Amino acid sequence: MTSIESPDLETRNAAPREDNQDLALFGQTPSQTVGPFFHYGLPWKGGADLVGQSDMGARPELFAEEHWVLNLSSPTGTPEGEVIEIAGRVIDGAGNPVPDAMIEIWQANAAGRYRSEDDPREDVPLDPHFVGFGRASTDREGVYRFRTVRPGRVAGPGNSLQAPHLAVSVFGRGILKRLATRLYFEGAEGNDSDPVLGSVPEERRQTLIARRQDNGDWWLDLVLRGENETVFFDL
Amino acid sequence: MSDIIPYARDDAGAPPSRFADYRSTLLRSPDQPLVRVPQTLTEVTGPTGMWGRLMGPAVADLTTQHGGAPQGQRIIVSGRVLDEAGRPVPETVIEIWQANAAGRYVHSHDVWDAPLDPNFTGAGRVVTDAEGRYRFVTVRPGAYPWGNHKNAWRPAHIHLSLLGRAFATRLVTQMYFPDDPLIEIDPIANAVPMPYRQRMVSRFDIATSQPNWALGYLFDVVLKGQQQTPFEDDHDEH
Repeated sequence: MTSIESPDLETRNAAPREDNQDLALFGQTPSQTVGPFFHYGLPWKGGADLVGQSDMGARPELFAEEHWVLNLSSPTGTPEGEVIEIAGRVIDGAGNPVPDAMIEIWQANAAGRYRSEDDPREDVPLDPHFVGFGRASTDREGVYRFRTVRPGRVAGPGNSLQAPHLAVSVFGRGILKRLATRLYFEGAEGNDSDPVLGSVPEERRQTLIARRQDNGDWWLDLVLRGENETVFFDL
Repeated sequence: MSDIIPYARDDAGAPPSRFADYRSTLLRSPDQPLVRVPQTLTEVTGPTGMWGRLMGPAVADLTTQHGGAPQGQRIIVSGRVLDEAGRPVPETVIEIWQANAAGRYVHSHDVWDAPLDPNFTGAGRVVTDAEGRYRFVTVRPGAYPWGNHKNAWRPAHIHLSLLGRAFATRLVTQMYFPDDPLIEIDPIANAVPMPYRQRMVSRFDIATSQPNWALGYLFDVVLKGQQQTPFEDDHDEH
């Protein structure tokens, strides 16, 4: 009779197999789509409002109120700089809006400093009221919208200075891995000498440059595929 | 300015953007090749230490968010967040979301005829500790049908979202369960070539399980690492 305290049973769980704990497979965890149902898990209320406290970025109509479990950002005050709204439409390869995408932004403050332990430039001031990370769901018309401050210029390679920009990530059903791009501002100082914009073929650079609307908003469509396809980066 | 130490690019386990068996990729993947750009301060920084301020307090136990206990098999999911050199990634946020035990999401666009559970939302977030460790308590999600092809079923999975230290390390993935026969016929999991697909399959672990309470699963997440030397272009994806 085998005892249930048998060492065989105790050690069986450690048998080699191809899975997450297999050292032979160790490496980057592969990316997968966010799918269509992320709205109650990822975009928090105010995630798209980097300046004040609002519901921007969330889609509360997509699930019952008792399922708001991750729900509110906590701004501490008003950041320095010019407050701007940035919006645009996410468009698929058939020209249709994408109503279930999620957009994230990462940007420097108005002085050009990142709120990050990895930005060592102590000569550029931090803003206690500005983080610079935002997240927005697209709405039923495929439109994303952020309220933020216009970023300052950030140092680039060598002695260069980058033009004002936001780093942008696109997620969605059918998007197996994050699409990374940038948003620049039409007419901004430095656009002509920006090292990243300069790496993009000239005829496609306009897909990264937001334009000012009559109402003051900055607008940039994100075209996933096809005509006027947005330039996405291999970082 | 100080020198930038760039992060690695995708390794051989990264899925392509376009994968015909997963139909939604056809109109939502770029037609043009990705454009290689230099990494700058923008790409190697991220909102470290700001998670609570951005997203609110941690939610590590998904089984105690409502009036009673949710239906289903209670499980513990734990592991570490590491970089490619095996170093822990501390103080980084992990967000999860999932279907309930019947395979139903609380989302209004999920119209599958499986019961909602009034005691289960299925969303949580934690920040890793100094050793990169994290731990969630939840229920095992059910499989569910989807419209990708005839008789298509998603294997049981938990969605995970991580930011890491930098814009360059952003990752959204899915964790699968061992011995699930649906994995090998799932177009989303199989967008990742073998054997790398198996990196997304958690391991049942008796030591993580708690007697008379919950089954335990181990799942480590490996984020892109910083290179000390310029990265070699040996993993082009196209």
